[in-house]
Amino acid sequence: MIGRFDWLGVIDFFPQLGIGLCYTLLISVVGLLIGFVLGAIFGLGRLSKNKLFYSIASVYVEVIRGTPLLVQAIWVFFALPLIIEYNLASISAGIIVISVNSGAYIAEIVRGAVQSIEKGQMEAGRSLGLTHNQAMRYIIWPQAFKRMIPPLGNQFIISIKDTSLLSVILVPELMFQGRLVASNYFNAVEIYTTVAMFYLAITLTLSFVLRYVERRLNIQ
Amino acid sequence: MIKVRQLYKKFGDNEVLRGIDCEMKEKEVVCVIGPSGSGKSTFLRCLNLLETITSGEVIIDGENIMNPNIDINKIRTEVGMVFQQFNLFPHKNVMENIILAPMKVRKLSREEAIARGEKLLEKVGLSDKGRSYPQQLSGGQQQRVAIARALAMEPKLMLFDEPTSALDPELVGEVLAVMKQLAEEGMTMIVVTHEMGFAREVADRVLFMDHGLIVEEGTPEQIFTSPRSERTKEFLNKVL
Ligand SMILES: Nc1ncnc2c1ncn2[C@@H]1O[C@H](COP(=O)(O)OP(=O)(O)O)[C@@H](O)[C@H]1O
Ligand SMILES: [Mg+2]
Repeated sequence: MIGRFDWLGVIDFFPQLGIGLCYTLLISVVGLLIGFVLGAIFGLGRLSKNKLFYSIASVYVEVIRGTPLLVQAIWVFFALPLIIEYNLASISAGIIVISVNSGAYIAEIVRGAVQSIEKGQMEAGRSLGLTHNQAMRYIIWPQAFKRMIPPLGNQFIISIKDTSLLSVILVPELMFQGRLVASNYFNAVEIYTTVAMFYLAITLTLSFVLRYVERRLNIQ
Repeated sequence: MIKVRQLYKKFGDNEVLRGIDCEMKEKEVVCVIGPSGSGKSTFLRCLNLLETITSGEVIIDGENIMNPNIDINKIRTEVGMVFQQFNLFPHKNVMENIILAPMKVRKLSREEAIARGEKLLEKVGLSDKGRSYPQQLSGGQQQRVAIARALAMEPKLMLFDEPTSALDPELVGEVLAVMKQLAEEGMTMIVVTHEMGFAREVADRVLFMDHGLIVEEGTPEQIFTSPRSERTKEFLNKVL
């Protein structure tokens, strides 16, 4: 079984897969950074008493969570340019998709973490004379932030894997490079297995780092 | 020092307080007793505006807290509250729990706040626990820290909402002892409690609440030995 395949030959394609890997990491890191900012803003929106801010944040979250990432990617790359009459480079489109998509999920993580802090914490703060903003800043946020870390790590891993879907909009990331090689050299088994291992290497590393952070911060 | 007139509180259609009248002098210790759901917590929470008051008048230390121009946070700094569930801040150690509000609200320097915190920890018998985190303390210790934290704002009035109800029986005494000492030092206190022994010993006055009303009030002696209202008798028979 194993012998039929040219596993050593895969090494010849490492430079090309390596380029793909770099794009995957680039889009993941930039996309998640922007996604984190979007998530923080719209997470606040979901917690806001301001009806307009709350509604905008809710529509954003529901639309993104309610549509497949693949549809979002194709829409941004093929439909959006027709609307704004401006062609997006595939990499920009990819970053937009990952940012906007992860932002919606991160917004829910932010909201959930803040709402999971017992009501008594805010009340204790207010009863001591802290303003609402002071109580949020010194009491609620530090506790909520700790609770966000495990689900955020989970979302990071999901988003990194999601970047593979961007191959359909021609982002030259890892999956795209793998498909390119496999279709030219008919070594689908070796290449796709290798691609899978690359993703696994990234996600396992991230899991490991996250577990370390969680241990350091004493998160159960 | 406190004057409450015709205090009403509704949650939606549910009328929880139905016209509370009560007055309290400085240094007075009042215990509030009554069945669960009678509105005792809600009454306390209205006094420091953790609940919005539906109607009525509450005057604390000459200030009408219903006045829309009044600074709610200022009122709250004058009224300390101790909760059944302690509500210590789990991400801060004991000393940080105590000094947070004095620094952020009273604008004390860190040194001043810590000096104050050390005095208070000594008072509640926890001098050696400043660096501990709440999870490392017993319930009784946590509640004593919560009392110290409230006192750090130097309030004129302290509210206690069933401060010992979440404690194991063997830890109740240490918390009541701190409260008793506080009462002897002249703190004005309202204590919702099921500890009838404490009420009898420490309270100047006992209020019996039922269905959102103060049904009966009097000295502990009078309430516990010769209650006038049938409902008070019934309640006391159940708990004593
Ligand atoms: N936030 C709230 N929303 C709706 N109803 C409430 C709320 N808080 C208390 N209540 C109701 O008010 C009544 C009195 O509650 P509470 O003041 O906690 O009574 P007690 O402290 O005497 O047990 C109860 O029927 C309770 O269900
Ligand atoms: Mg209660």
